[in-house]
Amino acid sequence: MKSITLILRFVAVVAAVCLISRGASAQSQQPAVVALTHAKIFTLAGAPIEDGTLVIRDGKIAAVGANVEVPAGAQVIDAKGLQIYPGLFDPITQMGMSEISAVNATVDTTETGAYNPDVVAATAVFPSSEHIPVTRASGITEVLAVPDSGGFDSGGSRGVIGGQASAISLAGWTINEMLIKRSVAMVISWPIIETRTFDFATFSRREKPFSEAKQEYDKQVNELTDYLGRARHYAQAMGHGGPADYQRDLKLEALAPVIRGQLPVLVFADRARDIRNAVEFCDKQKLKMILAGGAEAYKVKDLLRSKGIPVILRPTLSLPIEEDDPYDRLLSQPAELAAAGVKFAFGSFDNSFARRLGQQAANAVAYGLPYDEALKAVTVYPAEIFGVADQVGTLETGKVANIIVTNGDPLELTTDVEFLFIKGQRTSPDNRHQRLFEKYLNRPKAAAAN
Amino acid sequence: MPVNNRLRATLVCALCFLGLPLLTCAATPPDAPPVILIQNATILTVSHGTIERGSILIKDGKIAEVGPSVKAPKDAQVIDAAGQWVIPGIIDCHSHIAVDGSVNEGSVSVSSMVNIADVLNPDDVDIYRDLAGGVTIANVLHGSANAIGGQTVVIKLRWGLPASKLPFEGAVPGIKFALGENPKRSNFSIPGATPRYPTTRMGVEETIRTAFAEARDYKKSWEDYDKRVASGDKSAIPPRRDLRLDPLVEVLDGKRYVHAHCYREDEILMLLRVAKEFGFKVRTLQHVLEGYKVADEIAAAGTGASTFSDWWAYKVEAYDAIPYNAAIMTRRGVIVSINSDDAEEATHLNQEAAKTMKYGGLTHDEALKLVTINPAIQLGIDKRVGSIDVGKDADLAIYNHDPLSAYAVVQQTLIDGRVYFDRKRDIADRANLEKEKKALMQKEKKAGEKKPDATIEIGKKPGAKPDEKKPEEKKPEDKPRPPQTDAISGGVL
Repeated sequence: MKSITLILRFVAVVAAVCLISRGASAQSQQPAVVALTHAKIFTLAGAPIEDGTLVIRDGKIAAVGANVEVPAGAQVIDAKGLQIYPGLFDPITQMGMSEISAVNATVDTTETGAYNPDVVAATAVFPSSEHIPVTRASGITEVLAVPDSGGFDSGGSRGVIGGQASAISLAGWTINEMLIKRSVAMVISWPIIETRTFDFATFSRREKPFSEAKQEYDKQVNELTDYLGRARHYAQAMGHGGPADYQRDLKLEALAPVIRGQLPVLVFADRARDIRNAVEFCDKQKLKMILAGGAEAYKVKDLLRSKGIPVILRPTLSLPIEEDDPYDRLLSQPAELAAAGVKFAFGSFDNSFARRLGQQAANAVAYGLPYDEALKAVTVYPAEIFGVADQVGTLETGKVANIIVTNGDPLELTTDVEFLFIKGQRTSPDNRHQRLFEKYLNRPKAAAAN
Repeated sequence: MPVNNRLRATLVCALCFLGLPLLTCAATPPDAPPVILIQNATILTVSHGTIERGSILIKDGKIAEVGPSVKAPKDAQVIDAAGQWVIPGIIDCHSHIAVDGSVNEGSVSVSSMVNIADVLNPDDVDIYRDLAGGVTIANVLHGSANAIGGQTVVIKLRWGLPASKLPFEGAVPGIKFALGENPKRSNFSIPGATPRYPTTRMGVEETIRTAFAEARDYKKSWEDYDKRVASGDKSAIPPRRDLRLDPLVEVLDGKRYVHAHCYREDEILMLLRVAKEFGFKVRTLQHVLEGYKVADEIAAAGTGASTFSDWWAYKVEAYDAIPYNAAIMTRRGVIVSINSDDAEEATHLNQEAAKTMKYGGLTHDEALKLVTINPAIQLGIDKRVGSIDVGKDADLAIYNHDPLSAYAVVQQTLIDGRVYFDRKRDIADRANLEKEKKALMQKEKKAGEKKPDATIEIGKKPGAKPDEKKPEEKKPEDKPRPPQTDAISGGVL
């Protein structure tokens, strides 16, 4: 009896896969108005709605609530027993910029040179990347594509200004259709004092005294200071007259919104000392800082709260950075930061592990973070932190309809995304993995194995 | 107490590192109470279903009784697990924890002479971290830089005991094989170095075949010698012993398990073909990310498969990896396990197993087997561990929630009936550890101040006076090798 149930369950899975793959194209034509009815709706802008209706029109949320009337002519999807959430938002990925990390030809994450403020992630986002459908199938509807800092020409093991991060929806025929906002933050890898490095050119380890490493660090910070100083002068010059009046420098020009405090800097730093230095630097330079990484953010939580600096936390599923840190250091940090009033979001810092975003948040709940905070830290908080909360992050009238309909808690490992809407379009969860699954599930039994 | 041991181990490391004299004594193992009763727990036995509000009686490190009600002697130490879940300790079929230094002897394509068991490091803090994730047993493997790699060892995570006490008594030893990009060094090169044979999958096959052809001849020469001796031939000269071929003869004799790192379907079939040619069994295919494409063939060969939950796209041979791999192979009759290959991943193998319920529809029972009884079968230790049955080792993990959930946290981990990890105790000890650390650092700082230059340089003793005449300390001449964390170029994955 039990085995029959198993087989039936298996058949059901296969059938579901077949159904899904029939609607092969990612976004098919659909009626202009769709109404999802009888669902429990978690708007994240108020209390959950028990038996709610959500209406999508022209890519936007037209109405959401308990007593919303279904417009005439709308396609109705009965979502009884299901739950509706804003799609998850992964604020640090290299989505579309890196396909197979070990194959250089498929990687466009990291420009050479230490200062590349003018490069923009969206330019290198490949809309046909297989990572995109795989990621959205797990309920992530938008991400930040974030460039890395390359270049060794300023000393240290990495560059300083990586370029501009872009916010994108995970569906669309072209990058233009995917874009939420082309430039949402300037990426800075905060220089670190490294006494032990690995030199790939000579393939050997290098160890240097602290004083030498500190000198290199100071040199990098001075360079950055100088660079921003020039950008400040340039921005002033830009304010007087047009481009004809001065020689254009596209790199400095790209920093103008940063200097003016319009574009935040996304600063990668993990150690408390580095974070403190970065905060002090941004304070002095009057830059709007967002911290990325923050493995030791808990050590400077009061500083972060008092300066109002939000954090994009590196995966909670990481080992502590110190050998004698508590084993659950990164798992319990989110609860500690929340209690201290520091605003944060979870990030995957990856592509192939982006689908672990919900798992990361749920693990933080297991170690003390209130559930509501965890849910917000993968939806509305990243949207707020990167200034796109007017478009995504909650289910409110007028917002872009990036929506997931699930059969349970979207952070839990076993929950399925039943329906997916991106920019109001019903989007198939079909992806490379499901296609390969279906193909090989149906492989006829090998006649004479081996 | 495991937590104190943890800090002690860490400090010992730190002190050695700074050249300070060793002040702390060796770590001591946790006490082994004669009898433990775990009661009121939801017991997921793996072998015979779930027992609600059940009890487990542990005597002499073994499970003495399991059931809804168990009669315990009065002096039993009681663990009240009301509202908690007990599962067999998690078995990680692919680990590199507790290894001192590099896991790769990457200079040659057949490195069967080296043995991971020789370099076990009982002070590796990852042992404790994995214990805290419910892991009780790890198959500690050599890296994947060679077609035929080093010998491997199954350990219990007996944190606090010396290296000699880590190996699982009586477990069949193993040897690592590796196919594909890593042994052919696709993502790895030392500037200026001559490429090492093989550089193709064709060459990987021939490397293995050549080694086994040699091993066969070597085995025969010993058999001939033994025969001559047995027949009273006193002039018989023994063959020269070959440490490289000895382990391969053990493979041919079925006394050593082959754990083969592989990715693509073609190389999987290649190895099964070569194994057939030379008459040995491949015990497990490791990673085996395309195993779902040739699941029938793997099942027919009686070979186990140990894979990742959802890793993909980190290199070309991982581009067809799918999270449904474990489910498809299970459905086609393969014994499957989910492994970590990584100290961090090992801390949540319960969660990784749970994903197979979503991807491919395995049942709760089937998913749990992927990290308990199935790896036990693969390692040939299922008579001793892998399920909660009378007579088996009391290796258990206790969670505060259904372990196949992202919200479950390990509360206690037991090995041989001893509590090696206790979350409450760990948390309670933190303040003291912090104090102890501060005091030690203060002491160290004082020692440093005596030096003219307060900067501490690695390899120099901070307390040493500059005018002291002592032999020049030579820095260890490390072979250049990639950072351990860079698993792809280092050839671990």
